[in-house]
Formats: sequence, structure tokens, C-alpha cells
Amino acid sequence: MNGTAGSMPQTEGKMTRRTIPLSLIVGGVIVGLHLLAGLLTLFWTPYDPTAMVGGRLAGPSLAHWAGTDRLGRDLFTQILIGARIAIEVGSGAVAIGAAIGVTLGILAAFATRTLDDVFAAAFDILIAFPTLLVAMLIVAASQTASLFTAVLAIGIAGSAIIARLTRILAKRVLSMDYIVAARVAGSSWPSIVVVHVLPNIWPTLIVNLALQFGLAAMAESSLSYLGLGAPPPNASWGRLLQEAQGTVYTAPFGAIAPGIALVTLVIGVNLLADGLRAFADPTRRGRR
Amino acid sequence: MSFITVENVSFAYRSGRTILDSLNLTIEKGRNLGIVGESGSGKTTLLRLLLGLAQPSAGRILLDGQILDTRNRAFMGGFRKRVQAVFQDPYSSLDPRQSVFNIVAEPLRALKVQTDIESAVSEALAAVGLPADAARRYPHEFSGGQRQRIAIARAIVARPDLVLADEIVSALDLSTRILIVDLLKTLSTSATFAVVSHDIALVALLCPDIIILEKGRIVESGPTERVLKDPAHPYTRRLLASTPRLPPPV
Repeated sequence: MNGTAGSMPQTEGKMTRRTIPLSLIVGGVIVGLHLLAGLLTLFWTPYDPTAMVGGRLAGPSLAHWAGTDRLGRDLFTQILIGARIAIEVGSGAVAIGAAIGVTLGILAAFATRTLDDVFAAAFDILIAFPTLLVAMLIVAASQTASLFTAVLAIGIAGSAIIARLTRILAKRVLSMDYIVAARVAGSSWPSIVVVHVLPNIWPTLIVNLALQFGLAAMAESSLSYLGLGAPPPNASWGRLLQEAQGTVYTAPFGAIAPGIALVTLVIGVNLLADGLRAFADPTRRGRR
Repeated sequence: MSFITVENVSFAYRSGRTILDSLNLTIEKGRNLGIVGESGSGKTTLLRLLLGLAQPSAGRILLDGQILDTRNRAFMGGFRKRVQAVFQDPYSSLDPRQSVFNIVAEPLRALKVQTDIESAVSEALAAVGLPADAARRYPHEFSGGQRQRIAIARAIVARPDLVLADEIVSALDLSTRILIVDLLKTLSTSATFAVVSHDIALVALLCPDIIILEKGRIVESGPTERVLKDPAHPYTRRLLASTPRLPPPV
């Protein structure tokens, strides 16, 4: 090869440092605090979550930061345990949903037109059923209400949305010239999926997965509320909300505290995902 | 010496619409070939067939006498090492999420070329006139012309015998076109180029041989100088007449 560098223009692009997006920091702190609280409960809790340690339906105090429930159990302890359950459910359901959804979506994107149509119709039919309804059907079919069943049910129910999004995103990437270039370069289809398709679809996908995390945490709360989620003594936020239903006017903090915990976790996960997407995107650095 | 031979190749869609009709041509090692025609003449389909991205409906394509069989994985591995391509749009032909190093190194990794990948990439970048530190950057940090150089570096990094270039300057401004044409001229000493273009002037600058395609048929072929000076087919004359020229100075 002949060197021709002397006659060529200078590269105009400039390397710029990655700036950490504010959403990544804020989301990281919120999720980190929830994670920390959840992990802490594996070793230590302020009180025994099943012990009656105070007066019934007591308001927040120095001894009981979030007050007590109708049996006199410490609410803050239960909220801390609920954080662990929410994270387990959210990440577990998203992992199951992503594993099923991304695989099916990629397969659909590569399928022949007829098979792709079948996949697309199947995804649309599944999406037409509310996630919670599908999850309830799966839990009912399994005839056991456990945390694992709830995670599995929510994951499977959410996978159709992930599959449909993956299919659309992957099809768009597969139509790009750089995929043809990769084929000409000798790359195999599995390698094209790993090197080109997944890195180009994950920024949109991760935002959707973050939404799914929030939906999963809320779906678990709803399942628990219906008695189909984590069975007692698991202090899921959904169960806490359910238990506070009857006393919401007399002791509102029993509903407010787990509600705040759930909302902040969902916001934190969404901010974290958005921040990660922005931080990992090379096209945001030194844009021409 | 015939490197690629196209024998009676036709291509038609399932609907029955014929794109290429009984094409015969040869690409010789060391002799750049220009494939010229208007939009819809079948240039890009011919390129896809030559790259093994599609199968002809009839006829066959031979590489050094061996039939191009896209289902033969072992054959295709060898074929890809010897035949590479540069595409029209430098903005969509480079993966925005891959660094320039990974883009240029892709053929070496995919084809398991036994070489020091780092030095091969640096060498390819130098050959197209890009500095070594370009490897750490991403496509969006480069201009259109520089992106096309990256695409050319990817095409030559595995040292192929033939590079198929599809309208590679049509998306670039005039001054950048000249630089890319000069670059291809320089690189023609180490690889043969088949230049697919609607721009007859570009082909004249790079290719000693030319074929003219009209509606999927070769209407004229031969040495470029002869075809330009004495076009035999009315379509070639029309193409030549439509080449833009500057008005004479007042």
C-alpha cells in the first residue's frame, strides 16, 4: 500500500471528554440508595419486621421514622425490605422479559416475510392483553403465589412489548449499508447481531427496559395488592399499600411511605437508564 | 488474466421483472473496469451479484474459474478475502457505534486474516491519508470525504485483489471527489477496482476498460478511450452528451 498521507487533509474531528449526564448521577444515587437499603436488610433491620414494636397506626417519630402499621409493626423496616423485593422483582422480570423479548425480536427481524408477519401478529395479540392480566393468568395457572412466580409472570407478560420494539429497531439497523458492508467484510449473522445490531438498538431498548422495570415493580405491587404476589411475611410495597387501604384516612402515612418509595425507585431507574444511554453514546462526543 | 467472469447472467425478481439480461463480462487483474449506466440500468444489482449478496436467476459468475457459490462457506471465506467493496453513502456505510479501528479491522477479524491487526489498520489508514489517531475516533467525528476514506481503508485492509466501488463519490462535494479519485488512482497499483457509476467522467479517469449498461443489458464495452472517442451505441452517445461541461470563458 502506498502512503498518501502527505497529500491528505487533516482530520477535523476533535476528541472531547465524556461528560457524565446529570440524569446518570441523580438516577444512580436514587437507585443506589434503594439498592443499599435492600442489601442492608439481608444483614440488619431497625426492628424485627414481624414483631409488634409500637402502638398501632402510630405516626412518624424518632423511634419509628415511618410510623407503624395496624399491628404495631415498624413501617420503615418493612419499606426497607420492600426495596429489596421491588429491586428483585424489577430486575428479575426485566431480565426474563429482555431474554425472551430480545431473542424473539431479533429472530423476527431476520425471519422471512411470512414468518415475520406471524411474529408481529403474535406480539400484537399478546400486547393487547394488559400485562397485569397476563401475569395474573400465569400466577393462577401455576397455582402458587410466590415471589418467583410473580417475577416469572411479570417478565413473560412484558416480553411481548420488548420483542416488538426489538423487532422494529433491529429491522431498521439491518437495512443500513454498514450491515451490507459487514456481510461483505465476511462477518457471520451471529457476529453481525452482536457487533452491529445489539449496540445500535440498546440505547432505545434500555430506556424501554427501564420503563419495564417500573412497570414490573408496580405490577408486583398490584399482584401483592390482589394477594397474588409475594406472600406474607414478605413486606412488598404492594402489600403495604393493600394493608394501608382501610386506614388511609386515619393513618395516611401507611400508604404514603411505600407509595413514595415506589415512585422514587421508578423515577430513579428511568433517570439511570436515560443517563446510561446518553453516557454510552459515542455519537454525542465531539459531534461535527 | 481473467479474474472474474460473468457468463450469461440474468437477474429477475419473483414478480418477473427483469433487472439484468444475459450479461457477459470479465474483470481482469490489474485493469480497472468502469460499469456505467443511468439509474435503473442494473448497476447496483450487478454489484450485488458480483459481491455474492444475491444469486443470479440464470447464468454463473466465476472467480478464477470457480463458480461463485454463496452457499459454500469455505469458498465464500476465500472469496471475501479477495473481493471487497466500498459503498455509495459514507454516512450509512459506517457503523456509528464502532470506533474507526473496529470498522477497519472488521474484515481482518471476520475473515481470520493472520496478521497484526493493529499495524494492518494503521497501514490501511495511512494508505488512505488518515492519521493513526483516527483509529480511536468515531465516524461522526469525520467529514464525508474522510468517512469515505475510512470505508476505503476497510475495503483494502485485507489486501483484496478486487475492490468494487459503488458510486463512491456521488455523495461528496466536487473538491473531495477529486481527492478520492486521486486516492483510488494511487491504490490501483495494489488492487483492481471495478467502479460502478453513472458518472462517465469519473470512470474515464480511473478505468482503462468500460461497459455501458442500459436497462439491464450491456450495450457497449471496450477500452474507455475508444468508447469515449467513438461511441458506437446511441445510448452511449446520449450519456456522453449529458455529461455536464463548464461554459467556455467569456
